[in-house]
Amino acid sequence: MLSLILLFIPLLASLLLLLTRGNTSRIVALAFTVVQLGATYYAYQVFKEQGFQPFDIQMVWVVKPAINLHFSMDGISMLMVILTNLLLPLIVLSGFNREIKRPHIFYSLMLLMQFALVGVFISFDGFIYYIFWELALIPIYFISFVWGSENRAQVTLKFFIYTLAGSLLMLFGFVFLYTGSPNHSLDWNILTSNPTCNCNQTWVFWLFFIAFAIKIPIIPFHTWQPDTYRSAPTQGTMLLSGIMLKMGTYSLIRWLIPIVPAGTKEWQAVAITLCVIGVVYASIIAIKQSDLKKLFAYSSIAHVGLISAGIFSLTLSGMQGSLVQMLAHGINVVGLFFCADIIFNRTQSYQVEGLGGIRLAAPKFATWFMVIVLASVALPLTNGFVGEIMLLYGIYQFNIWLGAFAGLTIILGAVYMLRMYQKVMLGESLMDGMNFPDLLWNEKVVLISIGIMIFVTGIYPKPILDLTEPAIKLLLK
Amino acid sequence: MDNFIELTKLMTPAILIPLFPLLGFLLITLFGKTLKKGSGWLASAMILASFICTVYIFVNLPEGQSLNFTVFEWIKWGDINLAFGLLIDPLSLVMLLVVTGVGFLIHLYSIGYMHSDEGFSRFFLQMNLFIFFMLLLVMGNSYLVMFIGWEGVGLCSYLLIGFWFKKDAFNDAAKKAFIMNRIGDLGFLIGMFFMLFYFGGLDFTSVMIAAQTHEKGSALLVTITLLLFIGAMGKSAQIPLYTWLPDAMAGPTPVSALIHAATMVTAGIYMICRSNILFALAPFTLDFVLIIGVATSLFAAIIGLKQNDIKKVLAYSTVSQLGLMFAALGLGVFSSGMFHVVTHAFFKALLFLGAGSVIHAMSGAQDIRNMGGLSKYIKITYITFLIGTLAISGIFPFAGFFSKDEILAQSFANHKLIWGILSFSSMLTAFYMFRLYFLTFNTQFRGTDEQKHHLHESPATMTIPLILLAALSVVGGFMGLPAAFGSAHVFSRYLSPVFEGSVSIMGAEHHLNHATEWVLMGIATLAAIVSIIVAYNIYISKKGLPEPDAEVKGFAKWVGNKFYVDELFDMIFVRPLMVMSDIFFVLVDKLIIDLFVNAAAWVVGFTGRTIRLVQTGNTGFYIFAMVISIMVLLYCQLVDPYLYVYFK
Repeated sequence: MLSLILLFIPLLASLLLLLTRGNTSRIVALAFTVVQLGATYYAYQVFKEQGFQPFDIQMVWVVKPAINLHFSMDGISMLMVILTNLLLPLIVLSGFNREIKRPHIFYSLMLLMQFALVGVFISFDGFIYYIFWELALIPIYFISFVWGSENRAQVTLKFFIYTLAGSLLMLFGFVFLYTGSPNHSLDWNILTSNPTCNCNQTWVFWLFFIAFAIKIPIIPFHTWQPDTYRSAPTQGTMLLSGIMLKMGTYSLIRWLIPIVPAGTKEWQAVAITLCVIGVVYASIIAIKQSDLKKLFAYSSIAHVGLISAGIFSLTLSGMQGSLVQMLAHGINVVGLFFCADIIFNRTQSYQVEGLGGIRLAAPKFATWFMVIVLASVALPLTNGFVGEIMLLYGIYQFNIWLGAFAGLTIILGAVYMLRMYQKVMLGESLMDGMNFPDLLWNEKVVLISIGIMIFVTGIYPKPILDLTEPAIKLLLK
Repeated sequence: MDNFIELTKLMTPAILIPLFPLLGFLLITLFGKTLKKGSGWLASAMILASFICTVYIFVNLPEGQSLNFTVFEWIKWGDINLAFGLLIDPLSLVMLLVVTGVGFLIHLYSIGYMHSDEGFSRFFLQMNLFIFFMLLLVMGNSYLVMFIGWEGVGLCSYLLIGFWFKKDAFNDAAKKAFIMNRIGDLGFLIGMFFMLFYFGGLDFTSVMIAAQTHEKGSALLVTITLLLFIGAMGKSAQIPLYTWLPDAMAGPTPVSALIHAATMVTAGIYMICRSNILFALAPFTLDFVLIIGVATSLFAAIIGLKQNDIKKVLAYSTVSQLGLMFAALGLGVFSSGMFHVVTHAFFKALLFLGAGSVIHAMSGAQDIRNMGGLSKYIKITYITFLIGTLAISGIFPFAGFFSKDEILAQSFANHKLIWGILSFSSMLTAFYMFRLYFLTFNTQFRGTDEQKHHLHESPATMTIPLILLAALSVVGGFMGLPAAFGSAHVFSRYLSPVFEGSVSIMGAEHHLNHATEWVLMGIATLAAIVSIIVAYNIYISKKGLPEPDAEVKGFAKWVGNKFYVDELFDMIFVRPLMVMSDIFFVLVDKLIIDLFVNAAAWVVGFTGRTIRLVQTGNTGFYIFAMVISIMVLLYCQLVDPYLYVYFK
């Protein structure tokens, strides 16, 4: 029952929003996301006490082919639902005090997105999961296409087709699994308890891997991402980078590793190497990016590369670290893109080179921006550190040299982040008569919330680790 | 049982030690605007409170006992539990006393020094944050907690070097410091992974126990210690990761005194002392530490000869002195290294604060070629600076004499060549320090008239710390009187429980007979005096002045430009990285990878365009195609009647 409530609050909101207009839409959207956050908190408490039982729902939808409406919850799903519902109010709030055309449709799509994302994270039937996975693409496509900036038609089309092509591969994978499994079902419990036939799992592995690799994205399937992040409206970029790409990393843990264990074992080394190369490669590109949003896009590729590498290390620390880092990265990347948005809002520019001296004009903004930058370079006592050290240790356990190579991220991360911060924020003001008002109220709320989350999860990550450990241990058995 | 109660009683003050500066940081962050100048006093009071707590523990901690407890569970997965815990033992207490004691004096001094700066509150909140992290660094009971402090002080160093963020050169220096430290930190981090993997934990107690189950000199122990030492090289500015420290002088002078002389840069030495058992089990690493230390000591001393910025001279002397400390560690005499850390903290903080007072008097100028004759105008600064100079030059009975002599004596017992090099760099130190002193304070004033008009002694908040530090620089050495003086070495006896393990592994240190020790002391003193006389001869008697930068030629030019090490690093690391960034983006990303992606799309489009041609809209053609298809199907059916089975 609780699963359905978590699903239908955003869906209901999405429909209701179509009836509203103007400023009311923002307030309604915010109200519903806050309600959803409250429901999530309640769900978390219930989950801690009673486990997955209250969330488990199984209903027969289609008898043949066997499709069950199966929703459930474990620590991993819980964390992803928390991530989604924690970020959504912030993303909605970040759109206050900004000009948005037809806000009712914009926010309606956003809530529809939330519905789809929650669906992805709590579906335990392959077919249902696939539906939500594809559903999530539709609102973000329209958000990016209608409210995007220049080049949006071309960029969004590429993004849409690229990810859709990936999904198609996944669909093949599911068809293969369906026909291959003796009792013809895509139920997660059945798929995991009865791993794919004795046949060669290589094909299934790559079908799923590429589908997820495009979404995450893992090098070399990433070329849609920087342009899409660049041209999507800020809230769209936040949805994409903060939550949507976690669909990919989450799916690696949920739908790839336990279901194609032999294939994963066989191709583990290739996958992890690809991810680690991506970390260093994207970090190096980020150094000289001249566009703020693209710089953050590449830094995001580096971070999620590390997350994926940790997952493929198939170690407890790597996988647990990946979950901690998914939450941390979601929070931090939303913060980073919001900072870019604040700068753009005042200067109409994303150019790293032309800016400067903002710290003089807006010290409060400078402080919070710095906090987020530090979290993203994984300074101890911020959320970035806990995840990163666990991930790197996981990779180290797989292979010492890969671990050391991936470790370059702590140097390169500092290089591109501090370089960016210096050029954009420090120095004398470069613009004549620059008017850079310090934070507005909604910006303050968003940045301070993000800052608090950064420190709380950095200093006391125990609840997250406790939440996910049993589920990960179960998967690794 | 009594003991147990007594120890738990000390836990609260122990936790309070780092909490006070953290509280100061938070209070000033929140109320800095209302506090105004009060934030300086608040910040200082917080450090004083920490100092008092430290003294309380110092007095009450029973001899031979240590306090080791977990504050809260931090990161935990599977069997691995990385708790947040604190450890108080003689070694951390020594560091704590230095950090809070010297730190307090420098805070006090800063109230005067920074009084007219618009970032007054910001300065103090960052200083308090620094002290907080530094305290975590020395109080942590595991490598991971130490690493929190380790990275945290790096952050504060970054913030404070770039304190005047309007100037881009300062921002560059700050960034450079942070990144070079991070290079070292990666070594530290991977070292921790090795320990976690092979020893199953990161707290000092279990690591040291586990390490002793491995054979002395085993590859694992050598790898771990080398990785840790890379961390130490970054933080303590050893070759090749030292170039950030001279640039770090961009920060306000109290920062240079506190972070880049007295405390943070000695973290590497502290860390190795903390891991003394580990290092004692890896003789190869100790030799490596020795070589790096000796080389750095000499190299930095040579560069120091040709620097004309008052702070840069002091910065290179810091690098050189740190090299000396590492040499001590490399020789396996950990307590001598720590002893020099303490005395160095006194006299180097004094020298930097003195330099700050000079710069204050000179309205911001730092070039010693434009100073001279200042002894008449700023008496207190002049006398205290002289004491500091004597101390660093190793003149009896100032603090530096004892700690330096101890290291030199040990090196003599170990290897004559090492002793020769270290003595030589000590001689150079005495020379360039007195060069600095003579050029700054003696002969005639060479600055502008306006500067001369402004020359004034600093306020009491600045001079009192100078006087106190000068006093410490005079008497600080007596806690470590050498055996030749016939008294007990208080300092090393106090630390002996910490170094018990390594002493038993390496065997007792070499003891020189007293006659040799006297001779060595004589030689060292004589060498220092000769250097001072030479400096006097050049800069006072002949009134020599360093030439303007443009006229420097030959070897001197190389020295003056720090042997072009910065340029070398730029060429082999920075520029290739920048070029790689461009190549990866333009060539690999945009051209190659995206080409494949777009090609895939193009193939689909092309196929579509081609097949579309079949859709002619001509009914006749469709019927024709249909008939042909049916015929093909029928034919197949005839040839292979079971074909349809495959489609089922």
